[in-house]
Amino acid sequence: MFDWSRTSPPLLTLAALLIAPAAFAAGDPPEERQKVLLYRLIQDCGSCHGMTLKGGLGPALLPETLKDKADESLTDIILNGIEGTPMPPWAFETSASEAAWLVRVLKKGAVHDATH
Amino acid sequence: MTRRIDRRSALKFGLAGLGAAMAVPVAARAEARPTPRATGDLGLIIERAVGRVRIVETTGRTVLHTIEGLGDLSHASAVFSRDERFAYVFGRDGGLTQVDMLEGRIVNRVVQGGNSIGGAISQDGRLVAVSNYKPGGVKIFDADTLALVADIPAAYEGSTEQSKTVGLVDAPEQKFVFSLYDAGETWLVDMSDPAKPAVTKFKGIGKLPYDGLITGDGRHYVAGLFGEDGLAMLDLWAPENGVKRILGGYGKGDKPLPVYKMPHLEGWAEADGKLFLPAVGRHEILAVERGSWREVGRVKAHSQPVFVMARPDGRHLWVNYAHPDNDTIEVIDVKTLSVVKTLKPGPAVLHMEFTPRGEHVWVSVRDLDMVLVYDTRTFEVLARLPMDKPSGIFFTARAHRTGL
Ligand code: HEC
Repeated sequence: MFDWSRTSPPLLTLAALLIAPAAFAAGDPPEERQKVLLYRLIQDCGSCHGMTLKGGLGPALLPETLKDKADESLTDIILNGIEGTPMPPWAFETSASEAAWLVRVLKKGAVHDATH
Repeated sequence: MTRRIDRRSALKFGLAGLGAAMAVPVAARAEARPTPRATGDLGLIIERAVGRVRIVETTGRTVLHTIEGLGDLSHASAVFSRDERFAYVFGRDGGLTQVDMLEGRIVNRVVQGGNSIGGAISQDGRLVAVSNYKPGGVKIFDADTLALVADIPAAYEGSTEQSKTVGLVDAPEQKFVFSLYDAGETWLVDMSDPAKPAVTKFKGIGKLPYDGLITGDGRHYVAGLFGEDGLAMLDLWAPENGVKRILGGYGKGDKPLPVYKMPHLEGWAEADGKLFLPAVGRHEILAVERGSWREVGRVKAHSQPVFVMARPDGRHLWVNYAHPDNDTIEVIDVKTLSVVKTLKPGPAVLHMEFTPRGEHVWVSVRDLDMVLVYDTRTFEVLARLPMDKPSGIFFTARAHRTGL
């Protein structure tokens, strides 16, 4: 099937604005991939957690709500979901290191700051 | 249209006599009085990322107004006043905004809760109800002033916090119905006396109701359950019978598939004596017979259905899907329960809205930043309207339909 996530230019416009705070470091996904992951975080995770990640059907994903939770368990939740709840597993399109990077971004509030 | 005004002002010019000094103000007055416009072919489209709405008209398929400043519109929806003049837009940030469809401006706006999910307008059009995720519960406002009329906290046994409320709809005889996600309850609120909301609670309807619908005649309320195979149904003609489980065990014990976007029941479809509902955690559309509430068929679908919408004549269903299969719409023939057309409008198809008699359907394609208008008979694309991350599309004809 045609892969829109890689080809659609409007898809990247919003994410491009968000890239700055998520500083590039060793172990981080390549920049192009970061844009795709951040766009998905806002738009698709946002459909349950709110586009500003302040919560919806799913809980808020903000630094203050996540700070006491272990990185490993949050990474595991993103990859494998939480059975019996609407939180679905994302491993089919997210690697373990990408999920760990998302947790770092969420805990820093980097996405949230950039959307304001 | 301008030509007509010109001719009319020329006529008045003549009638006003030949004195130029007198003719000028008369001509100016005629200029300022454009041909009146009706609202029956108007609609409102949400641009979710920029907090903006567009007012469109479906006859010439153009944008009439762009209105900014509606706050966080991720997951926004709208209902209409009974004269189709005003829209009430429910935003994610708890914002309730009254929009003038003709003048293209915000008339009134309140931020009523921390985090809201949707709303409804009462049978008589005088009350607007909003359901909240945070702090939970439902608030009811005066439709003219947006002043708070009633606050109904969703407190429930075994929790100090309120439940998130979902599936809020209006019902005949000045009622509202909604469900409690965390508590597994359905509440029926009689607002005949706005000063004294009368709440009837139905407990133990099932685990994690995530949305609800009411049939077009306002008789049956159905809540979809996330935590169980099946749906919960309340007959408003016999509320004393309580909430009943329908389509119990539709998943036949199979492990549910992951759901990347929650299905919406607001777009439920009723056609040919059947109700068509998205299964949750199954890539299927369930057909249930109204009355017996037995399953009478199911359609294998492309992915997790989000909206299952009947074309107004009921012959076809248009279905869109959850991430990552959301570039597709399937059109299903109700007579044969088979897919007759597969469309690929583009990445992230979020919503579909039929013109009142169903000759066209407007489709929002988020990642294309575009709304497409299809002919529902030929499937031809008739128009493309550029929009910023469009999501919900709401036409004024909803004003006259219970539950929308
Ligand atoms: C279909 C709805 C849905 C989608 C889409 C979704 N989530 Fe969730 N998520 C939930 C729900 C509901 C919970 C809470 C589950 C529970 O414990 O009851 C949750 C919980 C979580 C948690 C745990 C939070 C905590 O405080 O413990 C994390 C982290 C999370 N989600 C991340 C994500 C990310 C990242 C994405 C996108 C890649 C995503 N979610 C997409 C519904 C969703």
